[in-house]
Amino acid sequence: MPILETQELTYTYSQGTPFEKTAVDHVSLKIEEGELIGVMGHTGSGKSTLIQHFNGLLRPTSGKILLEGKDIWENKEKIRDVRFKVGLVFQYPEYQLFEETVYKDIAFGPKNMGLDDAEIKRRVYATAHDIGLSEELMERSPFELSGGQKRRVAIAGVMAMEPKVLILDEPTAGLDPAGRDKILGHIKAYHQRTGNTTLIVSHSMEDIASFADRILVMSKAKLFCFDETVKVFSRAEEIAQIGLDVPQITKVFMKLKKQGLDFGKEVYTVGYAKDLLMKHLNAREGL
Amino acid sequence: MLRDITIGQYFPGNSVIHKLDPRFKIIITILYIVMLFTGDSLLCLVVGAVYTVMAILLSRIKLKMFVKSVKPIIPFLVITAVINLLLVNSGEVLWRWKFFKITDEGINISLFMIIRIVLLIAGTSILTYTTSPITLTDAIERLLSPLKKLHFPVHELAMMMSIALRFIPTLIEETDKIMSAQKARGAEIDTGSFMNRARNLISILVPLFISSFRRADELATAMECRCYNGGEGRTRLRQLKSSARDYIALAVTVMFLAAAIIVAQMTK
Repeated sequence: MPILETQELTYTYSQGTPFEKTAVDHVSLKIEEGELIGVMGHTGSGKSTLIQHFNGLLRPTSGKILLEGKDIWENKEKIRDVRFKVGLVFQYPEYQLFEETVYKDIAFGPKNMGLDDAEIKRRVYATAHDIGLSEELMERSPFELSGGQKRRVAIAGVMAMEPKVLILDEPTAGLDPAGRDKILGHIKAYHQRTGNTTLIVSHSMEDIASFADRILVMSKAKLFCFDETVKVFSRAEEIAQIGLDVPQITKVFMKLKKQGLDFGKEVYTVGYAKDLLMKHLNAREGL
Repeated sequence: MLRDITIGQYFPGNSVIHKLDPRFKIIITILYIVMLFTGDSLLCLVVGAVYTVMAILLSRIKLKMFVKSVKPIIPFLVITAVINLLLVNSGEVLWRWKFFKITDEGINISLFMIIRIVLLIAGTSILTYTTSPITLTDAIERLLSPLKKLHFPVHELAMMMSIALRFIPTLIEETDKIMSAQKARGAEIDTGSFMNRARNLISILVPLFISSFRRADELATAMECRCYNGGEGRTRLRQLKSSARDYIALAVTVMFLAAAIIVAQMTK
């Protein structure tokens, strides 16, 4: 049974007014437990609207969302429980920090779940460790921290709810390359440790190419494709056409192919590219 | 939910009223209010009513919008009417129950109050419906400019108003985002007990205040970078120009006001 499933999910903004706009158009997809999924799409492609349906922040105009096989809107009163099972980290989450100390801010979600103090403490320290926040930061005010640290505190606030599905909307937006790699590394480690389903939204393929199991691409409110990373990259040219960037190394290999050097394989990580090229060069020298 | 809030409900259009100089529109609106308060009989309001209907027709704004503007004050109207109806003592008694009685004068006064308030709201709505908030602040600045001689900070006041108006949609969007983010962390905002909701409001207000201060700081820097140093010697992108049309509108209004005053004197 897929952990998350949508059936013909459609969402229309401002229905019945001149500003009507369909942001998600009949999207059906299945996400299996434990997967790490990259969600891609151009600005305005509907990816942010789509993910806000997964935890019941938006209610579909038509269609269904199933969490562990159950329609999340079956019982409206229980929608809060859905939010504890599906954690959503928004874009620029550091702007939602509000507590006096880092500890209290991370504890906000678990507290809303009604957990006891000992459990809250365990979770706060566990997630702080996962995301690389040292213990002496816990009693500091979140507003004294650096941008990257603030972002990690905000992400920890959602992780501490230990959701079965964690969704991060552009977790690396606006960070420098070092900060970006750090956050992605921590998310990857979190995924490996907990085995929880994780979705990362990004419009840079470079970010997610190397570790996503599958990639979901949205374009113009529709599901463009949802497939294993390798297969998605085999359609690199189409993806470039809908305005998304493919990793630089993929671009290099697309050019090589045009110039007559076809490796017959999709290349999207530098490591793999190096192996291929070394093999190729060694074979040529051997001649 | 929050997106549905409209402030300074301006409906762009091309009618005669839209094209009037906003300064004249403000003065005309003030005269209009005076017109409604000159007399205290139903007959006086006929003048005001004719004027209002004329203006509404000229503005080419749907009647539905005016109904909408009156809607929120309906409870207030009902209460005023009931109190007047039951507590006016003079006039011929038509109905009596304990110490409550309804007199013909009571009916007159209640009707008069209702019509006056409805006209007041509908008529003044024409101003906000046909004038963009920014133009309106411009006009206020110009109208108040004589006060500069008394060292009253007219320009600063107008600038503050424009900035506030400009940032309302931005802040609404921001609030929406923060609310969603806190809801995703399990905060009860539109559900749950009153105490819980009040407590969770803090989780929205603190980030909202912080981002407002941040925005204010950024805006101040951006303005300074463009050498803003107050209203002294500043020229305008949109020059307010009065034309024959504005004087005609003003003359018509003054005539109606005169008519209202004459009717008021005659019915005294």
